[in-house]
Amino acid sequence: MKQKKNNAVVRYNRWGYIFLIPFMVVFVVFQLIPLVTTIYNSFFENYMSGLKQIGPNFVGLKNYIQLLTQGDLMKYFRNTMIMWILGFIPQILLSLLLGAWFTNPQLRLKWQRFFKTVIYLPNLIMASAFAMLFFTLFAKTGPINSILVNMGLFKQPYDFMAHVGSVRGLVAAMNCLMWFGNTTILLMAGMMGIPDSLYEAAEVDGATPTQIFFRVTLPLLRPILIYVMITSLIGGLQMFDVPQILTNGTGDPMRTSMTLIMYLNKHLYSKNFGLAGALSVLLLILTAILSAIVFRVSAKDDVH
Amino acid sequence: MDSNKQSNVSGSLRARRIVAYVVLAIISFLCLFWFYVLFINATRSHAELGRGFAAVPSSHLIENMTNLFKGTLPVVRGMLNSLVIASLTAALCTYFSTMTAYSIHAYDYKGRKALFTFILTIMMIPTQVTALGFVKLVQRLHLEDNFIPLIVPAIAAPVTFFYLKQYMDSNLPHELLEAARIDGAGEVRIFNTVALPLMRPAIAVQAIFTFVSSWNNYFTPSLILHKDKAKTLPILIAQLRAADWLKFDMGQVYAMIAFSIFPVIIVYLILSKNIVGGVSAGAVKG
Repeated sequence: MKQKKNNAVVRYNRWGYIFLIPFMVVFVVFQLIPLVTTIYNSFFENYMSGLKQIGPNFVGLKNYIQLLTQGDLMKYFRNTMIMWILGFIPQILLSLLLGAWFTNPQLRLKWQRFFKTVIYLPNLIMASAFAMLFFTLFAKTGPINSILVNMGLFKQPYDFMAHVGSVRGLVAAMNCLMWFGNTTILLMAGMMGIPDSLYEAAEVDGATPTQIFFRVTLPLLRPILIYVMITSLIGGLQMFDVPQILTNGTGDPMRTSMTLIMYLNKHLYSKNFGLAGALSVLLLILTAILSAIVFRVSAKDDVH
Repeated sequence: MDSNKQSNVSGSLRARRIVAYVVLAIISFLCLFWFYVLFINATRSHAELGRGFAAVPSSHLIENMTNLFKGTLPVVRGMLNSLVIASLTAALCTYFSTMTAYSIHAYDYKGRKALFTFILTIMMIPTQVTALGFVKLVQRLHLEDNFIPLIVPAIAAPVTFFYLKQYMDSNLPHELLEAARIDGAGEVRIFNTVALPLMRPAIAVQAIFTFVSSWNNYFTPSLILHKDKAKTLPILIAQLRAADWLKFDMGQVYAMIAFSIFPVIIVYLILSKNIVGGVSAGAVKG
């Protein structure tokens, strides 16, 4: 009797493997094989010189050495990081502030659903269209310049697209605007997980709201803050749509807003598969290190 | 004395509440302002736009739209392409991600735990990193200008899988599946008629997210779709940006941007409760 039941269970469990087939097949074909091809290509010299095809010839680590020593990789890495940090700092500060307000039981803010709906909205907007919108709004003849001149803030229209600071600033502002709502909702979930008794105890001890925020909320949010920061950093490394459309792929002025993925995209378009491959592998390694940190932080959190 | 302190506390609370509302109002303004200007400008003619900013809409919306549809950019076709790709992606992604989650949730087989860890690990691989191999694969399969390489890969979506798996853990009891088995239902039937309907709320949330991210996706489609007939909206936006836009009718430029952004905004406003709730739900468990 028992034997029979076991057989039946085994027969069900066979279906576990069958239901996995679609995922596995698609993963192997569209992710694993491309990943292997990418890594493979990174060891070959393979590009177009004018109309002439050079390679593919095996060159070992030459592509990596060329990327790390000759190219502008470090410059583009710096650009990416600067624009990420410029966007992330206001993003996390805004999110902490709004999260603290929304979850504060004393404050009891009204219209919370309206505010949450509004701050989350930019996250769903097509990044390329949003960048195009900013490009037209901040154009020399665009409405923002018209407003600023009319208000008397500027004497003459400012060419936002011709200055390093303003282009990077616009990219950072768009990223911040698109992501702070999402971060707020994530942090709120963490804040609501903090037991009320801790707040009550702090209040009984006479702590001010500011003290409670810095001494109770913030330390307890540390794991989720690290999670938010590193996932945002991983996303930041992939920054592409906004600067690509805003600068028409040039990263102007003087390629100061060119990001790593824009650089990769350039190599893909010019069919320099060797350098594109090496760049992809470097990005993969960087992402893997950052992801490992996320996993360690989340694992520690689970033990708690 | 005591009542004095009480009123002091409530006074400071009121002050804090006012500060919060003012800041929230400013932030909301900063979130909505751009879309408001976009709407206004899409209703104004090229000549009116040249005269600078205006705070009230004009009467040229329909004119701008018809000019846009008759113009050189295949926007209607682009929107249909985007719609087809995003809908099919959302459908395939959610159905098969539920299936993958169900495999790990409902059955007990060797390597199940390792598999779960494996899927979590590959979750972090950015699509851009495999783009080179992906483009080469698509070329070898002669699938350029075809929607298949944009739709089918969504079957293996670790992020969607993870969300659905979390939801399944708390909403799909094993007893229910056991009961269906005793009633003599086959495994495929149990999945389709018992598991899938119970997962509907989570599937809806993920379908929306998958749809939106596919709709907005620019990087991968731009590497694969080259023919005008096959292009999606983000590619057309890039094309608009690359064109000598100063010679363009600005009314049409704004109409084009509005055409890409407003459908998503309208759908979002209808579904916002599910979307914002869905993000929080994922955050609590994830």
